[in-house]
Amino acid sequence: MSTTERRTVGGLRVLMRRQFFWGIIAILLLLLVNVLKDPSFLSVSVNSTNGNLVGNLVDILRASAPILMIAVGMSLVVATGGIDLSVGSIMVVAGAVSMEFLKANGQSGGVALGALGAALAVSALLGVVNGILVSVVGLQPFISTLVMMLAGRGLAKVITSGQNTAASNGPFRWIANGYVIGLPVVVLLAVVVVLLVALVVRRSALGLMIEAIGVNPKASRMAGIKPRGLLITVYALSALLAGIAGVFATASVMTVDVSRTGYQLELDAILAVVIGGASLAGGKFSMGGAVVGALLIATLDKTIVFLGVSSSATPAFKAAVIIVLCLLQSERVRNLFTQRRAARARAPKESVTA
Amino acid sequence: MTEPSPIVEMQGISIAFPGVKALDNVDFRLFPGEVHTLMGENGAGKSTLIKALTGVYQIDSGSVLIGGQEQHIHGTAEAQSAGISTVYQEVNLCTNLTIGENVMLGHEVRGWSGVNWRATHRAATEALAKLGLGHLDTRRPLSSISLALQQLVAISRAMVTDSKVLILDEPTSSLDANEVDGLFQVMRGLRDQGVAILFVSHFLDQVYAISDRLTVLRNGKYEGEYLTRELDRTALISKMIGKDLEVLKSLGSNRQAEERDRTVTPLVKATGIGRAGSVEPTDLDLHRGEIVGFAGLLGSGRTELARLLYGADRPDSGEVEIEGKKTEIHTPVDGLDHHIAFSTENRRDEGIVGDLSVRENLILAVQAKRGWARPLSRRDQDAIVGKYMTALNVRPADPDRPVKNLSGGNQQKVLLGRWLATNPELLILDEPTRGIDVGAKAEIQQSVAELAEGGVAVVFISSELEEVVRLSERIVVLKDHRKIGEIVNGPDVTAQEVVDIIAAHGTEAALESDIIDPEGKD
Repeated sequence: MSTTERRTVGGLRVLMRRQFFWGIIAILLLLLVNVLKDPSFLSVSVNSTNGNLVGNLVDILRASAPILMIAVGMSLVVATGGIDLSVGSIMVVAGAVSMEFLKANGQSGGVALGALGAALAVSALLGVVNGILVSVVGLQPFISTLVMMLAGRGLAKVITSGQNTAASNGPFRWIANGYVIGLPVVVLLAVVVVLLVALVVRRSALGLMIEAIGVNPKASRMAGIKPRGLLITVYALSALLAGIAGVFATASVMTVDVSRTGYQLELDAILAVVIGGASLAGGKFSMGGAVVGALLIATLDKTIVFLGVSSSATPAFKAAVIIVLCLLQSERVRNLFTQRRAARARAPKESVTA
Repeated sequence: MTEPSPIVEMQGISIAFPGVKALDNVDFRLFPGEVHTLMGENGAGKSTLIKALTGVYQIDSGSVLIGGQEQHIHGTAEAQSAGISTVYQEVNLCTNLTIGENVMLGHEVRGWSGVNWRATHRAATEALAKLGLGHLDTRRPLSSISLALQQLVAISRAMVTDSKVLILDEPTSSLDANEVDGLFQVMRGLRDQGVAILFVSHFLDQVYAISDRLTVLRNGKYEGEYLTRELDRTALISKMIGKDLEVLKSLGSNRQAEERDRTVTPLVKATGIGRAGSVEPTDLDLHRGEIVGFAGLLGSGRTELARLLYGADRPDSGEVEIEGKKTEIHTPVDGLDHHIAFSTENRRDEGIVGDLSVRENLILAVQAKRGWARPLSRRDQDAIVGKYMTALNVRPADPDRPVKNLSGGNQQKVLLGRWLATNPELLILDEPTRGIDVGAKAEIQQSVAELAEGGVAVVFISSELEEVVRLSERIVVLKDHRKIGEIVNGPDVTAQEVVDIIAAHGTEAALESDIIDPEGKD
């Protein structure tokens, strides 16, 4: 075996030990299924008129952008030992705020920026409320954010007076539908935001402290960590990212659908985090894992459409794939398999006598 | 008196956990119709032995004989069917269910249409009546009665299965004197019915009031079995605390009582500092460069007092002056801000952050002080990590390993390093040497002595009195949540002296001695 080969094998082992290894395998398998159905599935071509990349892979990346945002935020909240059920509703609030703002103020780029700012500010504010409910009032994260989940959708309906508000604004629309150097803006923005959050969390001591309070809140308190500000920051960040996701989701159709935008996306975010290998009990988190999880969910959604699974069977299909994945990740199940394999390795001798 | 054959006989029990031998060749016997107390300080192996008997832990070697037959018990359900029931310190009952449901949980009387609640409550009443609790209304929720009564309900629940062995793990820790008397009456009743009772308590007076026989454990080793009436308190405490190995004796042994100018403003001056239910108002002066030992048995208030000084618990009376300035210390953050560091006795729950690396654990307190927005640079981290891993000899010397994979002694060194990195002026060490091997112990003691030389005020708490006497210049003696005296250490002060103070206090007439000043003042 050459050294490079050995290094590759070693690298593969390290990767296999990562929790999100199975997520990557699942993405590849799903892509393979699609290729079996249509060999040209993976092909990416250049649109000759404007030089933009088009293809199913580009679609998947584009669709993954909102999930990516909320999954990254969720991974931080989960690391503290909490959960944020309100991200889907905060998405619709952000969408409602931006659409109403655009409708009232017109077409210019400045208005688009204003809409973006207003949407993100309202989202972050709702996140701060979540954080205060959790850390100051002391409510359980599940309950606090469940309340916000219900209140958020209600708030969106109040903002739009119950209508599905549509608006037209070129620059705002460009966020979700534009292209830069052949790549969708929304994908580039998502990548930039993820890198930015990763940089802030890992370059400051935020990540360390989030993990510390997630692993052992008592010991963290004794070490002088103030959980209050930290939790408010984390919930605010999660909501801010949900706001960005809401802008992505509404800008692509320039309409906010108060009952469907962001609907049940909190579940996708939680799944993405779990697929990424995080424990819902809190502790160590991996942004790479959350990214893999989000990509998997986007791939899965695309596969369902591509295979023509009937819409009534969609939830069941999705559930089946995710259950299999969770089983593969479960240490207990894996041990069971290793034991059986070991037993079978011993078995042949006995079978001769039998 | 003819000795009947023991109902439980454990021989040569050993259990090892990663990095520590929890039980090392321990013997234990329990006879029917006796109250047998298991004695030992924290980490002596009492709970481990109970868990070995009830099948919570698997034993590595040794045998358990129940009723003369060797048994391998896996789990509490099997223990119960073997006739062993346990009542733990924190009542393990469902406060939202009724008293009767709690007593009969899992043993409900069944009729043709499921559970016959009327018969079940009747059976519960009968079970309670056996303990003299027949007056309780079994249909009221458990939460409606006092903790003491809940404790008794837990016992009657344990006796529903006709247990031959009843284990009571610190049942009295949250009861007042009258409630303890009630519990003891019930225990005596059961004993007279032939039940073997294994009792654990840290209160010596209670042990002498109720138990017939004692087994003493120390550091996971069997120290001896005695009849209670043949072993006096002083001898018992000595056996629990024991003598340490010669290795340790060489270390700063019997520090000379330095002539200290006590009129100088102390670093920390606490006046009447206390907290209801944990420490009675206490006065305390701590000077720079001085090691002050807190001596007392578990539950004496030694830990609780330390927690008040750091702000881990909020004092509800008294005041603290730091260098003559009145200061409020209500949270650990306040403590750290005033250069106080507190290394907890509860290493696993309140000390290390297990999944994080040694590096992250070492820098945690310094980083917390700076806030998350001002991260330590990698170079500063390396400086802290390098300095303390070398100075304290942390093994293995790999800072990126999760701290939970280190042995207890090395975890303790990491914690010590975490606090030293904050440059404390007052360092409070609660049981820094518990459950760790002799080598690590010596290293930690060495570091403590050096710190004091360097001008740090140190509070040193240990259940090993020898250690306290060896290291401290001054010893504050506590008992029953109160400071009962203060000794200025000198060449002629021995652990025995401290033991005598603890044993004598409050039992007979208060010991007259010129060194003891019960109020610690005037």
